[in-house]
Amino acid sequence: MTKVNVYVTLRESVVDPQGVATIEALQTMGYKEVENVRIGKLIELEVDGSVADIDARVKEMCEKLLVNKVIEDYRYEIGEVAGK
Amino acid sequence: MKFAILVFPGSGCDIDMFHAVNTVLGNKAEYIWHTEANLDGYDAVLIPSGASYGDYLRPGALAQSSQAIESLKAFAATGKPVLGVGNGFQILAEAGLLPGAFLRNKGLKFRSGKTKLTVLNTESTFTSDYENGQEITIPFAHEFGNYYVDEKTAAELESTNRIVFTYADGNADGSTADIAGVLNETGNVLGMMPLPERAVEEIIGGTDGLPLFNSILKRWSENNVSQA
Repeated sequence: MTKVNVYVTLRESVVDPQGVATIEALQTMGYKEVENVRIGKLIELEVDGSVADIDARVKEMCEKLLVNKVIEDYRYEIGEVAGK
Repeated sequence: MKFAILVFPGSGCDIDMFHAVNTVLGNKAEYIWHTEANLDGYDAVLIPSGASYGDYLRPGALAQSSQAIESLKAFAATGKPVLGVGNGFQILAEAGLLPGAFLRNKGLKFRSGKTKLTVLNTESTFTSDYENGQEITIPFAHEFGNYYVDEKTAAELESTNRIVFTYADGNADGSTADIAGVLNETGNVLGMMPLPERAVEEIIGGTDGLPLFNSILKRWSENNVSQA
């Protein structure tokens, strides 16, 4: 079993309304040191590790469905999971 | 004229669309469940609003895995009209049939009500029955109504007359360039966030949505007369 974490964030050029609301809340709470907040999502995939071109296939999944490149950027990490 | 209404799990406004076409316009609309995917014999496809697949991942994104989307792409390539409203617009954008993507509303809340729109292009299949610059009132209901395209795309849409409707009362949800409705390059696919099928009878939401449907019917009968 191979575990893949896909991190999806809004592109830098896109205003993140949730991030804007959250930074305002943090600053109101006294955390004045916070200069920027961007909210994204983590997608965890568990994949059959015997597939040969796993990297290429994960990239394809991101481009075709998991990520909308008009508004989002992504990166992913591929790692083994023990005990499964 | 025969309309197909594409229905996905979670579509919510398919019945409104059906009512508008069958009862109000006196034409024929049929529901097409997304796995049937056969659009042969239809003259236009309507993609209703709602929350297909629960809006999971991104609104409209999961509809791409449905067979209907392949059939829809083939249908759109023939030049016949395709109209997506609300979630239907989001599905068209996710499927790549229209440019852009959707963000959460600027104010982070689901909003609904009526909005004023300006009609910018009256040459299109969908808008010939409106006056240029006409202000119309159309209901809306969305949480991801914040339409986004980059500046370059927005300028291109504008210069090619593909922005059909803009918000005329403040654009509270933050859409790029006040865009409320856009056409594809060939002009036969329209996506819009407001819901014209809810404005076809005076007694419920006004009738400012009627000219949109009448424009489609008119263009169709013109084409079919000229072919005969």
